[in-house]
Formats: sequence, structure tokens, C-alpha cells
Amino acid sequence: MNRKFLLPVVIFAAIAVAFAVGLTLDSKRLPSALIDKPAPRFDLPPIAAVNSGEPYGSGFSSRDLIGRVTLVNVFASWCGPCRVEHPQLMSLSRDHGVPIFGINQKDKPEDAQAWLERHGDPYLAIGADTLGRISIDWGVYGVPETFVVDTAGRIRYRHVGPIMPRDITRTILPMVAELMP
Amino acid sequence: MRALLPILLALLAIAPGAQWAGAVEPSEVLSDPALEARARKISQGLRCLVCQNQTIDDSDAGLAKDLRILVRERLLAGDGDEEVMAFVTDRYGDFVLLKPPMKTGTVLLWFGPLLIFLLGAAGLVRFYANHHREDDTESNGGEEKPLTGDEKNRLTALLKEGDDP
Repeated sequence: MNRKFLLPVVIFAAIAVAFAVGLTLDSKRLPSALIDKPAPRFDLPPIAAVNSGEPYGSGFSSRDLIGRVTLVNVFASWCGPCRVEHPQLMSLSRDHGVPIFGINQKDKPEDAQAWLERHGDPYLAIGADTLGRISIDWGVYGVPETFVVDTAGRIRYRHVGPIMPRDITRTILPMVAELMP
Repeated sequence: MRALLPILLALLAIAPGAQWAGAVEPSEVLSDPALEARARKISQGLRCLVCQNQTIDDSDAGLAKDLRILVRERLLAGDGDEEVMAFVTDRYGDFVLLKPPMKTGTVLLWFGPLLIFLLGAAGLVRFYANHHREDDTESNGGEEKPLTGDEKNRLTALLKEGDDP
């Protein structure tokens, strides 16, 4: 077999490999620009009081993230995939003891509170990001998104879209275990 | 139909004058036209991450609207165009830029097409160079090799065959 015959085969194989990689990359899942950078500084108020009730919890600020490995989950009651994700968050906090903080994005307080009452509250604390500005500081472009933050308050991983049961064992728990001091 | 024609013509006449305003809502527009023009230009270079192939200037997505407002706020706060861009890329990475920056990671992106073109051109040049050489030897212009003894024998044999009735 001579080289002239092999050349097109090699070129074809190279293009095929390039396409195989390129076409299976999910362009909807972007890497975060904030990986290994400190989480943005913020101080979010709690979900506001509804009717004559109390505000929900006491809010969530970047200071809460220091000293432990945490998950920060951006969610909203208007977000369909969040409903799919919710049982996994409940399991992470209840069965695995992972501290989860919530950023409630552009939600109505009454809707957010009804959501937490109906489906359960996996969060240590929740901040209400009514304008979505803090979400932008986190580089959030869709809800839900979940960040793994290390003990120094640095963002180490971002999960775009709902966390599914297999993501817990495949990525989230190993990541959390690895970052534990 | 005939009644509609003048109206259509009138619309066509207006169209080039009307500035295409993308998805920018009137409430977002800045009162300072110079700042607004800068905001439009910056927005047209920023990708809407929700729809990915639209600029934030064109997109109706909620995030695009928030970013349009953010860009205008930064401009009002006195930021330069590059500072505004940096503010957005700090949060969303280079992917948010519709014109990717030139850096080590993007060299292949910028020069890949040129590289492929040059490889193709080199291949073509080689192909035709080889062809010409073959043509030359075959035509009368090239060097003619005398027939070998073997070839002469075969030729006479073939010619004799033709003579047979």
C-alpha cells in the first residue's frame, strides 16, 4: 500500500475525530469563568414576609460560605427543572449532610414560600435575589445552577441544569469529599 | 391589491430611515444619545447566553434585558467601553464575546482557516507540478526516449498482425 492512498484516509480520520468531539460537546453547558476564583461578595435579604407573616429565615451572605464546603443552588418556583432537581437537593442535605445555600432568583415571596412548604426546604439559608443582580455576579445564565464552594469561599465547580440522581454520586459527592480539609 | 400598493411603497420608502432597534425597550434607552449609542455598540458585541446565537441587543430573554440595563448602568457610572466588556467577561467568560479575543487558546480558531487554505494550496501546487512533468514526457516537447529492443519487437509484431487479411 503506498502513501498516496493512505493520505486521504488519514485526513478523513482526523476530521471524523474532530467532528465526533465537537458534535458531542454540549454547547448549553458552559464552563464557569469563576472556577477557582473567590465567590462574589454579596449580602442578600431573606425571602420577604407574606401578608402578616415573618420573613423566611435571615438571608444569605458570602460570609456564610467561609469555613466549610458548601453548595450554592440558584432556584426559583417558576423554574420547571428546579422541580425535577428538588428531591436530589433534599437527599443531599438530609441523607448526605451537605450544607446547601439557596439563591432564590426573581421570585415572588409568596410563590417561593409556598414552594418550600410544599416540596421541603433543603437550604441552610436562602437569599432573595429579586433583581437577579447577584445571580449575574455568579455568572448564572439559566436556572437551576449549582456551585460547589470550598472552605476558603472559592468556587470550584459549577453544575448547569438540574442535578439528577446520578450527578450526586458521580460528581457532587466526590467533589465535596475531595475539598474537605 | 391595487389599493395596497401605494401603502407598501410608502412603507418601503420609510424602512431604510427607521433605525432597527433590536429588542431594546423604550424604558431602557438612555437620555444621552452618545451614551446610548455606545451602549448599543457594546450590546451588539455581547452574546445572549440563553439563546447563544443572538446578541443581547437582539434578544428578548430576561438575562439579555438585565445585561442591557447593566451595560447602561456601568456607562452612566463612567466606565469606559473596555471596562464594561471586562465587567461582563469577568462573570461570563470569553464565550460571551461574539468576537473572540486573540490569545494562546484561540490561535487555532483565528488562523485555522488560513492554515487549511495554505495546506490545500500547497497540495494543489504539488498536484499540478507533478502533472505537468508527466505531460511533458508524453508530448513531443519533452525528452523522447528511444524504444527498447523489446518494445521494437512488440511493435513489429503488432504491425504484422494488422497486415494479415
